[in-house]
Amino acid sequence: MDELLREFLTETNESLDVVDVELVRFEREPNNAEILGNIFRLVHTIKGTCGFLNLPRLETLTHAAEALMGKFRDGMPVTGDAVSLILATLDRIKDLLDELERNQAEPSGDDGDLIDRLHGMVTGLAPVPAPAATAGQLVYQVLERPLRPGEVSLDELERAFRETPGPAKAPPKPAAAQKQAASPAPAASIEKPAPPAPEEKPEADDDHRARLIKPSIRVQVDTLESLMTMVSELVLTRNQLLEISRRHEDSEFKSPLQQLSNVTAELQEGIMKTRMQPIGNAWQKLPRIVRDVATEVGKSIELEMVGADTELDRQLLDLIRDPLTHMVRNSADHGLELPAERRSAGKPDKGTIRLSAYHEGGQIVIEIADDGRGLDTEAIRNKVISAGLATENDIAKMSDAQVHKFIFAPGFSTASAISSISGRGVGMDVVRANIDQIGGTIDLRSFPGRGTSVIIKIPLTLAIINVLIVEAAGDRFAIPQLTVVELVRVRANSEHRIERIRNAAVLRLRDKLLPLVDLKSLLKIDDGNGGAIEDGFIVVMQVGSEIFGLIVDNIFDTEEIVVKPLSSKLRNIPMFSGNTILGDGSVIMIVDPNGVAQTLGAAGTRGAAFEALGHAPRADEHKTESMLIFRAGSQHPKAVPISLVTRLEEIDVRSIESSNDRHFIQYRGQLMPLIPSNDDVRLRAEGVQPLLVFSDEGRSMGLIVDEIVDIVEDRLVIEVRSGRAGVIGSAVIKGQATEVLDISHFLPLAFEDWFDWKGESSAVRRRVLLIDDAPFFRNILAPVLGAAGYDVTTAGSADEGLRILHNSQAFDVVVTDIDMPGTDGFALTEMLRNDARFDALPVIGLAAQVSPEAIARGREVGLHDFVAKFDRRGLVAALKEQTSDLGQAA
Amino acid sequence: MTDGTIEYVTAIIGGQLFGLPIARVQDVFAPQKVTRVPLAGYEVAGVLNLRGRIVTVVDLRRQLGLPVSDDDIAPMAIGIEYRGESYGMLIDVVGEVLKLDADSHEGNPINLDPRLARVAAGVHRLDAQIMIVLDVDRALGGIAMAA
Repeated sequence: MDELLREFLTETNESLDVVDVELVRFEREPNNAEILGNIFRLVHTIKGTCGFLNLPRLETLTHAAEALMGKFRDGMPVTGDAVSLILATLDRIKDLLDELERNQAEPSGDDGDLIDRLHGMVTGLAPVPAPAATAGQLVYQVLERPLRPGEVSLDELERAFRETPGPAKAPPKPAAAQKQAASPAPAASIEKPAPPAPEEKPEADDDHRARLIKPSIRVQVDTLESLMTMVSELVLTRNQLLEISRRHEDSEFKSPLQQLSNVTAELQEGIMKTRMQPIGNAWQKLPRIVRDVATEVGKSIELEMVGADTELDRQLLDLIRDPLTHMVRNSADHGLELPAERRSAGKPDKGTIRLSAYHEGGQIVIEIADDGRGLDTEAIRNKVISAGLATENDIAKMSDAQVHKFIFAPGFSTASAISSISGRGVGMDVVRANIDQIGGTIDLRSFPGRGTSVIIKIPLTLAIINVLIVEAAGDRFAIPQLTVVELVRVRANSEHRIERIRNAAVLRLRDKLLPLVDLKSLLKIDDGNGGAIEDGFIVVMQVGSEIFGLIVDNIFDTEEIVVKPLSSKLRNIPMFSGNTILGDGSVIMIVDPNGVAQTLGAAGTRGAAFEALGHAPRADEHKTESMLIFRAGSQHPKAVPISLVTRLEEIDVRSIESSNDRHFIQYRGQLMPLIPSNDDVRLRAEGVQPLLVFSDEGRSMGLIVDEIVDIVEDRLVIEVRSGRAGVIGSAVIKGQATEVLDISHFLPLAFEDWFDWKGESSAVRRRVLLIDDAPFFRNILAPVLGAAGYDVTTAGSADEGLRILHNSQAFDVVVTDIDMPGTDGFALTEMLRNDARFDALPVIGLAAQVSPEAIARGREVGLHDFVAKFDRRGLVAALKEQTSDLGQAA
Repeated sequence: MTDGTIEYVTAIIGGQLFGLPIARVQDVFAPQKVTRVPLAGYEVAGVLNLRGRIVTVVDLRRQLGLPVSDDDIAPMAIGIEYRGESYGMLIDVVGEVLKLDADSHEGNPINLDPRLARVAAGVHRLDAQIMIVLDVDRALGGIAMAA
């Protein structure tokens, strides 16, 4: 392509984007002469260049638009119609430019329609200019033919340019165009000869650059990319040199190498910086989009943009541009109400969309908030059910926040009436997929009647990451440090050892069973001694809400690496996300934590809708439970939540001691009672006896079972309540009706004094109100708290809890689930804090997973403490603390 | 090619002489420190670092269905650029560069082993033996994505 034309296209496209933004601003501030001046100058520059490059169609069109803008400057009232018309003209110009870029020639055709309208607006609305008011010398000019569409009389033009500051001060080049147009009729006389057009351009450019842009030069993106690649290689080479130098003590290379190292680091940083661009670049088109939506649907919308100068990697910028545009359009189209509706809701007519960006902990946080009606939870519920994404039963149990998350599910769209603006087949699922792709997270908050906000967190850059180097079957692999939670050393006889349930390996870590994945078998590189993984390391990783352990042979150090994309022949291996060159010059594969997490059975059952919700708390995910499936007494499967099980043991039946029909074994220096899980189960006569061990405060009991079958992850919905002691009820787990055991029933069977000895520390039984929507947890926790010496009352919802509190104020402490449908734990706490009778009542929150966000929120609403749902010990400790505070205060 | 001759880099794989059009050959190197890639296609021997670039190493023996050599002599590799990515093709021995008359180029013999035929772009009859012209694009294009 012609260099000049390319330059023109780049520059004009940029100018047009500015004009878009400025025009929208101008519409709101029609009296701001400076904005108008800017617009005028930009359009004028475009027009001038078109003339120079001989692009008549573009020239005529810009010319007509310019004439209308000239009218504005003369004091013609700025109407929405007029601005729309100019915007439409700009769109046409953009179309023409696109064509031009593709074919290097202007498309044939005619813009008479627009030009007529523009002209019509000029003549129809313009106040008759008083020539006398025009400064400068005017010569009466005659054009010996009627004006063509889009043409303005010469004197008017002349006057317009005399009054225009900046580039227009230069003798008007449009006049030259006019002259050309009029050339068949040379009688048109022009006072000053038109100067060569190119002279005008630099002047105009300098002027507007000085105002709008800092001095800069244009560099091809490719150039930057290849610089980045070279710097990456330099970094790798430096790492290699450092590695060599480490092996040679007292080397004279040390000092210069250090210097090289520092310079390289600075260079890397500098190059990274060139890739950084303000996020505002991705926002540029938004004011225009919001305006268009507002005009089309008859809303009044204010778009606030905060933190436009927040910088992020160019690559990321490109990737988030479309999702952001989509979400802002969504807010404008669906989020905000019509003015009448807003008025009746007591809100100002004008809706606000607030877009903000800031850096936080090595990430960029982008928030899109509107003050609209909030999400229509009922509509989402219905849609979820009709789309078959969840059953009515499931949905009924979900909190509003959980229901809202469904808008990220594939193929979901809430717009019942698809307007021409949104409803373009791009849903929030695509947005989420885009965000996922760049390792970001997306979260959503909606307040009925008050608005919705979407919070996106993305990394600063994709290029450089910290990894942990591990070894498996003699090969080294890199694991992104970001997903690594902790490292655990396992040995056959140490506290941490790998236990196996059928094919599933688990690790007991702080009283939790952690599912394990063996990297070797995952990668099918088993070197034959796969059975002997009793001695090795476990990398505990967290992907989204999934926590699991990855078994590796050895762990080396961490290294900062430059991620290189995989060859196309290797790209479809889900276990790897990239590769890189290490300090010693060898290539290493980077393990993709997402790929590993997918292989855990859980990922499949959970449904795509939730997989990528990032840090969403576990309770949001249909409340799936890891269940231990076993058989006892019959072929009918039985289950118990694995989080309640401390250990799985297989003991030699000969070590079982019996007295008075009760069975014991010596276990960890204590006598552990063995309890049959039901009347039909018998101790084995010989061989090994499988046991489920439950521990609490140093005391353990063993539940006798026939066979441990599996660990599965599934939703736990008790379908049929049981009248039998020791059984909560039946649930369908993995398609099979399964009896769910009530562990709390067995504890007193093991120790008759189980309840008593724990209660003895507290002379007065404190009264606890336990609120949880899941009967399962109420059934599990109530006996635990009872056993710890508390007098427990349960409630199935916040409302029920409030009723109980109001009827009897004699509670010492409230323990509430956080995620509940309707009023959630946070809202409940807030209500209690605002009630003079309960403002000092300690409230302990229970969450399936305690995230920093949740803790922050809890603190905000006034929770006294936050405990993970299965952390019984933590809960008892928290209760003790809260009630003893109370005692001291009293 | 216009002057009627074609230059080939020759290589021996499993006793058979192959010729690679010299224009496609970037370099010839002795591969060192090949990192194997678990779960990759059978033909992929691994990845290695060649002067700061990550090169995917393809074992032509495996691709041609020949027994994988287990002698300790490190094979040689021919560096190829294919669709913007760097590949190294493992061969047994690299030979001399031959300048051959374009006229001596013939189509694939009809009874050529199908595995060979898949990657062969005709043959040249030399004095002592037959040289198979290796079609680099087809050889690399034919690699399955992954197991």
